[in-house]
Amino acid sequence: MRRPRIAPWSAFWLLLAVLYFLIPMYATAEFSLQTGNGQYGFDAYREILNDPSFKSSFLLSLRLAVETVLVSLIIMVPTVYWVHLKLPRLRRVMDFIAILPFMVPPITLAIGLLRELHPLVTVRQLTWLLSSPQQLILPYVIIVMPFTYRSLDAGMRAIDLRILTEAAQSVGASWLTILFRVILPNLRSALLSAAFLTITVVMGEFTIASLNQFQTFSVYIQYIGAAKANPAAALSIISFTLTWGLMLSILIIGRQRGSQQQAQIGTTR
Amino acid sequence: MADTTRDITTLPMSRPRGILVAKRGSLAWLGVVPFFLYTTLFLLLPALWLTTDAFRSPTGGYTFSFIQKLFQSQYENAFFTSIRISLVTALVGGIFGLFVAYAALREDVPRWVRPLLTTYSGVAANFAGVPLAFAFVATLGGAGLVTQFLARFGLDIYARGFSLYTFTGLTITYVYFQLPLMILIIIPSLEGIKREWREAATNLGATHTQFWRHIGLPILFPSLLGAMVLLFGNAFSAYATPYALTSGSVNLVPILIGNVTSGEVVADPNLGDALALGTIVIISISVVIYALLQRRSDKWLRR
Repeated sequence: MRRPRIAPWSAFWLLLAVLYFLIPMYATAEFSLQTGNGQYGFDAYREILNDPSFKSSFLLSLRLAVETVLVSLIIMVPTVYWVHLKLPRLRRVMDFIAILPFMVPPITLAIGLLRELHPLVTVRQLTWLLSSPQQLILPYVIIVMPFTYRSLDAGMRAIDLRILTEAAQSVGASWLTILFRVILPNLRSALLSAAFLTITVVMGEFTIASLNQFQTFSVYIQYIGAAKANPAAALSIISFTLTWGLMLSILIIGRQRGSQQQAQIGTTR
Repeated sequence: MADTTRDITTLPMSRPRGILVAKRGSLAWLGVVPFFLYTTLFLLLPALWLTTDAFRSPTGGYTFSFIQKLFQSQYENAFFTSIRISLVTALVGGIFGLFVAYAALREDVPRWVRPLLTTYSGVAANFAGVPLAFAFVATLGGAGLVTQFLARFGLDIYARGFSLYTFTGLTITYVYFQLPLMILIIIPSLEGIKREWREAATNLGATHTQFWRHIGLPILFPSLLGAMVLLFGNAFSAYATPYALTSGSVNLVPILIGNVTSGEVVADPNLGDALALGTIVIISISVVIYALLQRRSDKWLRR
């Protein structure tokens, strides 16, 4: 059967959305390719790639992103597993805690932590943290927590944890074996999408890094943009491509299980 | 996969309890200590220090002077501007998003439109902050592509008083992350409007308009309002985008917090705490409203 023709009204709104979404991207791409006097070329990209600060800031953000993924999964996976299995009454509490990072936006979290970290880190072995960008991981784990939690919660709800665990126990598996060889393989897509969204968020995080004066990728883009418009446009395109890649990966991973699109609220704005 | 944007309050399902569920008095709670310790240390305590420091005078003792300062014109003005931009972008993004999502779900629209729209929305909702600001500089800044394009047709928008680095410019930029978020949040609710209701109404002789006026909108209203409340909080907490775009020329609360804390203007940490506390209170109120509305809309739009 042929579909009815598109109502002009629907076409209008969709077209408006397409224009609003795509014009800035097109403009940024073209802007990044301008070399002055109506000429086009990759000068802006070359300039960026030759800047040692680009490499160092990008790698710093990437490293923080990977470390945040690790720390947050190490904390969250056993916790969510344990709550599902042993303490189902705590689910309500966990759901509530997962909203809190939205109520305490990054800018407020940043100044709260700024105050706290100095008196907290009195242990001599930890004082390196005060000057190290690694301290950013502490709030980053909190920022991505709502998403990590919901992703793991949904993943664990979808499989029968109890039966898997009891079956593994009945053949004598230890808790570690259960977690690594039974539970985690079943949570692959939940873990991967949590990881990719975490990377997206950390690569784009500006507020906390800038207040603490660490030159992460976003802080570098801001620094470049304050002086040079074309390289800043090139960086925006690079950053956008990165977001595209990560979000598409989430989509492809989640395809097996009818996943929905993800967005973190109030994080990198 | 959990829908992050919608599932802020998830109702825990009740399940039959297996033999593994902890009995009263067992030590099973020890397993969640690391998580609770972490959130206490790096989320609850920072928020608590903010709250107490907002009431602490530099000489020791407690004072309301910083909270009172919030009502001085400069700070009060920042709250008004922040609330105004959050309201405007929540309304514009919300209504725009509703129409786009509704159009994408209609049966006369090719089926591939929807996955494309949600995929792009997923990307755009996460593409915010500094890169977004510079994308708009390239588009609507003084030398921006659209600005130049319009100028070629004799429409010099900057000569006519437009500037990207003002409230209006900021609004246009914010909508870039508000619109996709709205699309992602509202699509599941729109899908909850059952086709059978529509058919039943049509069978009884209702017109398209009557259906939406008496059935569709009343059912959708709580989730619509809830989604906009969420967009409000989303815009209120934005820092990177306005910072990179206006470098502080628009007086917004998050920018002000950054300034008084990092001492770019004048360092006054306790005032920063009071401003931060105000932000937390406003966003918390919006989250509570959202949760209440969500509970209401779940009655009909159970998914």
